[in-house]
Amino acid sequence: MQTSIRLFNTILVLATGLVFVPAGQAEELSRAAMLSASCEGCHGTDGRSPGAIPPIAGKSAEYLRETLEGFRSGDTEATVMDRHMKGYSEEEIRLIAEYFSRQSEQQEASP
Amino acid sequence: MSRITRRNFVYGALGAATSGLGWPTLGQAKATGGRVVVIGGGFGGASCAKYLRRLSTDIEVTLVERDSKFMTCPFSNAVLGGLYDMDFITHDYKALSNAYGVKVVHDSAVDVDPDARKVSLAGGSSLQYDRLVVSPGIDFQWDAIEGYDEAASKTMPHAWKAGKQTKILRKQLEVMPDGGVVIISAPPNPFRCPPGPYERASLIAHYLKHNKPRSKILILDAKPKFSKQPLFEQGWQALYPGMIEWISEEEGGAIDSVDVKAMTVNPTFGEPTRGDVVNVIPPQKAGAIAELAGLTDDNGWCPIDQRTFESRRQEHVHVIGDAATAAPMPKSGFAASSQGKVCATAIVAGLSGQDMPPPSLVNTCYSLVGPDYGISVAAVYRLGADGIAAVQGAGGVSPKDADASFRVAESRYAVGWYQSITADIWG
Repeated sequence: MQTSIRLFNTILVLATGLVFVPAGQAEELSRAAMLSASCEGCHGTDGRSPGAIPPIAGKSAEYLRETLEGFRSGDTEATVMDRHMKGYSEEEIRLIAEYFSRQSEQQEASP
Repeated sequence: MSRITRRNFVYGALGAATSGLGWPTLGQAKATGGRVVVIGGGFGGASCAKYLRRLSTDIEVTLVERDSKFMTCPFSNAVLGGLYDMDFITHDYKALSNAYGVKVVHDSAVDVDPDARKVSLAGGSSLQYDRLVVSPGIDFQWDAIEGYDEAASKTMPHAWKAGKQTKILRKQLEVMPDGGVVIISAPPNPFRCPPGPYERASLIAHYLKHNKPRSKILILDAKPKFSKQPLFEQGWQALYPGMIEWISEEEGGAIDSVDVKAMTVNPTFGEPTRGDVVNVIPPQKAGAIAELAGLTDDNGWCPIDQRTFESRRQEHVHVIGDAATAAPMPKSGFAASSQGKVCATAIVAGLSGQDMPPPSLVNTCYSLVGPDYGISVAAVYRLGADGIAAVQGAGGVSPKDADASFRVAESRYAVGWYQSITADIWG
């Protein structure tokens, strides 16, 4: 009896260690990723655009923030980006700029 | 017999011990983050499946999609106009499966048991889920126009689901005599792709102008007005003067029956009209599985919690894309993809016990009036007190007074948009 309880406890510890610390845990959900997912529809996954729409992956946060602010104020000419950026706050623009600045210009190995 | 190694023994014992407690067994390498089944591999479903795996490799995602190749409605009008071939609008599921670890099952969902959390497939197997995402797109209300059923659509194609129907309509345009009449019957709201019928008229006009210049296009509309109307009308005047005639609902544009043999459509009032090519886009409703799963309301669409896209009818089931009632968002591919990402975030938040960030949704729809003439509509959406709301002061359509270079730029961005979004979803 005692042995089986000890064995069970050992299994429990092992199981807890193995089962509940899996390799691929959920990434922390962030406001930046949520906002940036909207951009990826036109600018491509992680901002890597394959076509005529400018790629934004790996550009400096400063450049992206200034450009987006320019669209928002109307100082920078655009076809559609001015219409989009009027829907974002300064804080949201900063989060988006930082998010894409952290992405790699080249596609990384598969997850 | 093979040697029983210490490792095998421990795993075996764990399996026996843990399964008794309802824990996942190790030997089967089950995902511990939950099982999500996604029905439908279009703009909504495929986006949701990919972004679920991007957010958490711990969640087992199974995508149920009937076809191994997916042909998009976006840019199918450009195929009709002869600008691209079918290959351009055809995508597959290899990247979702190989690069993102989505389990792609090519089968049709035929039933959902929300109590048992089980999806039955036409092939006879079934899938268990913790969360189900239903993204079936649209189906047609075949009883809405007398004489227009699925058989009639082989003669009078709707071409409102891309693929075989697109090819039928393209072929009919190719064999039509110069001087012929193309009728496009546009449906009442709400329907998939609000600017679609008018982009279609534009690109068919482009083809006819260069190949059958004496021909005409007649749009019979069940509505009093349509999406991007001033921009389309300005573009038609510039590129195809006198070729496209739009008949509004008040002028007798709504049709209530068709005669496939006579190739006529019959308006609710006024005389029957004959076309050499007749494209009937019928009234629509959510894809059939949504109704079977008990997700639809009396109007045939799926009411949802507009924060998480969870069904208002069934627990643990989410509905995204054209089938969902997400107004003021239009039923567009872009909107479906945007919803798929928000829904993926909501599901990961729920399964991993995290807070969901406030939803951010967007729509961007380009339409080609001609190969070098693009127009667009955009909107940014947030969650307000009454659900999804467009951010005031943002979005809107392309400026009416823009010059030719602006229209050229937007036509290039239209193609770039298509390449980006299809890579973002299926790439």
